[in-house]
Amino acid sequence: MRDQPEQQAPPVQRLRVRYAKRGRLRFTSHRDFSRAFERAVARARVPVAYSSGFHRHPRISYAGAAPTGAASEAEYLELGLSQECDPAEVRRSLDEALPPGLDVLDVVVSAGGSLSDLLEASLWRTRMPDLGAEDAQEAVAGFLAVDEVLVERMTKKGLRSFDCRAAVVRLAVVPEGPEGSEGARAPAGSGTCAILEMVLRHGTPTVRPDDVLAGLRSTAGLDASLAPTHERLAQGPLDTEAGTVGDPLVLNRDTA
Amino acid sequence: MPSTTAPVESVFPRLEPLLATVQKPIQYVGGELNSTQKPWDAEDGSTRVRWALMYPDAYEVGLPNQGVQILYEVLNERDWILAERTYSVWPDMEQVMRVHGIPQFTVDHHRPVRAFDLLGISFATELGYTNLLTALDLAGIPLHAVDRGDEDPVVLAGGHSAFNPEPVADFIDAAVLGDGEEIVLAISEVVREWKDEGRPGADGRSPREELLHRLASSGAVYVPRFYDVDYLPDGRIRRVAPNTPGVPWRVHKHTLMDLDSWPYPRKPLVPLAETVHERYSVEIFRGCTRGCRFCQAGMITRPVRERSITTIGEMVENGIRRTGFEEVGLLSLSSADHTEIGEVAKDLADRYDGSNVSLSLPSTRVDAFNVTLANEFSRNGRRSGLTFAPEGGSERMRKVINKMVTEEDLIRTVATAYSHGWRQVKLYFMCGLPTETDEDVLGIADLAKKVIAKGREVSGRHDIRCTVSIGGFVPKPHTPFQWAAQLDHETTDARLQRLRDDVRADRSVARAIGFRYHDGRPGIVEGLLSRGDRRVGAVIEAVWRDGGRFDGWSEHFSFDRWTAAAEQALAGTPVDLDWYTTRERGYTEVLPWDHLDSGLDKDWLWEDWQDALLAGTDPEADSEVEDCRWTPCYDCGVCPQLDTEIQIGPTGQRLLPLSVV
Repeated sequence: MRDQPEQQAPPVQRLRVRYAKRGRLRFTSHRDFSRAFERAVARARVPVAYSSGFHRHPRISYAGAAPTGAASEAEYLELGLSQECDPAEVRRSLDEALPPGLDVLDVVVSAGGSLSDLLEASLWRTRMPDLGAEDAQEAVAGFLAVDEVLVERMTKKGLRSFDCRAAVVRLAVVPEGPEGSEGARAPAGSGTCAILEMVLRHGTPTVRPDDVLAGLRSTAGLDASLAPTHERLAQGPLDTEAGTVGDPLVLNRDTA
Repeated sequence: MPSTTAPVESVFPRLEPLLATVQKPIQYVGGELNSTQKPWDAEDGSTRVRWALMYPDAYEVGLPNQGVQILYEVLNERDWILAERTYSVWPDMEQVMRVHGIPQFTVDHHRPVRAFDLLGISFATELGYTNLLTALDLAGIPLHAVDRGDEDPVVLAGGHSAFNPEPVADFIDAAVLGDGEEIVLAISEVVREWKDEGRPGADGRSPREELLHRLASSGAVYVPRFYDVDYLPDGRIRRVAPNTPGVPWRVHKHTLMDLDSWPYPRKPLVPLAETVHERYSVEIFRGCTRGCRFCQAGMITRPVRERSITTIGEMVENGIRRTGFEEVGLLSLSSADHTEIGEVAKDLADRYDGSNVSLSLPSTRVDAFNVTLANEFSRNGRRSGLTFAPEGGSERMRKVINKMVTEEDLIRTVATAYSHGWRQVKLYFMCGLPTETDEDVLGIADLAKKVIAKGREVSGRHDIRCTVSIGGFVPKPHTPFQWAAQLDHETTDARLQRLRDDVRADRSVARAIGFRYHDGRPGIVEGLLSRGDRRVGAVIEAVWRDGGRFDGWSEHFSFDRWTAAAEQALAGTPVDLDWYTTRERGYTEVLPWDHLDSGLDKDWLWEDWQDALLAGTDPEADSEVEDCRWTPCYDCGVCPQLDTEIQIGPTGQRLLPLSVV
């Protein structure tokens, strides 16, 4: 009979990684990304720890991945290592091993606790081509005036109906900002474009910007044929009073 | 190939807003690790030769294809050549592209395929033919070669199916046979020279025809339009002859010698999308002379040319470092036959001991298997199942196909495997082989039952399994079985049903034996396309016009569509679907591919076919063909005809441990 596989040692260091999905690589699905990331870890020769068992897998845990097609400046994962490493060096080597568009922005040593617990809410920016700012303004006001907006989404368990209003902490039409990345840039040649910013509280089911747009359509009759693009600008602890999203890695930096 | 110098624009800005509406959009965006990005025009203004390389199936199947990856790299290494890749788009994307007027594009730079000088398509299987038509149509390239003008690329077919390109002769401008590494460069030279001369016509030929004539007159490229096919009243071919001066009667295949000097892929593509093969593959040798009579790959890739252990070691290390893949496949038609496979396995296993790199060895013959080897391959990572291919269920059947594996060999091998801890063995067989009877197929059940009984005996366990996979036999050009009648799909299905019932009826083993098989109908269409002639082109076109796409996918394949199209397109001719498939051919018949030279001597193939038939009736007949790697040459014709030779080890070299950097 086969021997039981050797037990793997627990990780000696946990790193928290912030990365971005930009440009055409925003079409990378979460499964695609995790496979690409594992290969990048191998190419960069980062000493990742492995799980025990017959089917060993690298100790990487992902939190709150953005939907396929949405760009993001604020995706997070945690990496368990079998040897201690310099976070700055890991950031550099992982970023080099990943294709441009999947960019490693920040790596810090974990302060412990659960990463996903820190990811309470997200700040999203949505571009709606061919929509005037005034029409958008009106639709937003109508949406915010009600307490509940039921929308439907096809999930793995079938068509599901849920409220998309309660998760919206903040929703506003904003002027074109300088800080947006190329991910959510309007397609070339388009004219008018309304930009929405929204802070969405994470929950079950997770309300996505697309669900809020569906809500805007149902409350304000916005044209459903628009091709909006979404970009996550931040993800982290929610300041309910201010309606802002903080940096989930700030704690780690303080203790490091 | 447009002569204008207008910039070729990317279609991506138009595509991007639509990507959110299609399945798996990542397959259309490119940006793979190790892909090459080149500007359209050379900076110094010198002539560029531009290739669009296509694998005519979905990205997830096409991207890992070794042939396309190798040619992509070989071409792009030249600074005067640009090569980009394109794949078949799924029907949802095709719809979106038609609605929005987006042409077939390359994934590298999203450039329209029609803007390239050449469109090279690799046909590993005939079932990609309808996808060729979709791509041409989406690209805005006329479907029929005769309708194309100087603005259209040269459409060039390669891959194993190109050894009989007649069914697609109307749709392609040219075809090449055999290894592509050198011929793509030779073709590029011809195109460059012609472009440098200002794209001339000559002798009454248009510029496009002149280029095709230059390619054809070399004898290295087959240009169907320069050959006329005449038919006999009964539908058989009377003659295939050149219709233009300077074009040779026969076109020969290309054989790459010295694989060590072509260690590709050096920069293996790593996709973001999930694909069918998530591993780095090294071809450890090309060709096979085991002489299995059904095997087209073994016949058309002769002679055997090995890569040395040293080069294999370098390629594995480079491949792992450049890709991050943790699985390495050592590819060939029969990998355990490499003269130094034991050393390769042990040294690689030593090198990567304790890491997560695992090795796999697809295509292992029963008689070449040994436990030491298998243990080396499972040293890191998990122990995968073992797969053997006896192909025929009875001893008689295996003699007919020249797969000389005895029942004792097989039982001994699986006994060894089960006693060393393997619990699962897979066995591959074929159904519909020449001279096959119901009893031969039922022999598969007997064999599987004996395997289970032996496994239980030697392992002392009850939970061992054996999976039986059965494929329908399709006679292929350039093999001894090219004259054989294909078994009709009704009989195929009936035999498989009997086999299944037979195993199910035996409760002691029913749960231990698994079955994998497909019905016989797709095999009939594959048979039509494999041994078809130019008249089959009309059938392919009718199927495509009726919506036929992705015929290799069971969820897209429609047998009824093919039979209806064959009836319609072949009406008024003396031939039909059965004529192409279930009809046995005679010695004197001109076969559609006789003017395409694989190096094999047609008389040798015929004698081997006769030997097969003899082996089927006379158990004492001495009709076995040995392997010319370890017995004297039996004059199949390839080496003298094509001026090639067997290139095998042993080299006596060993792999040293890698020094830690």
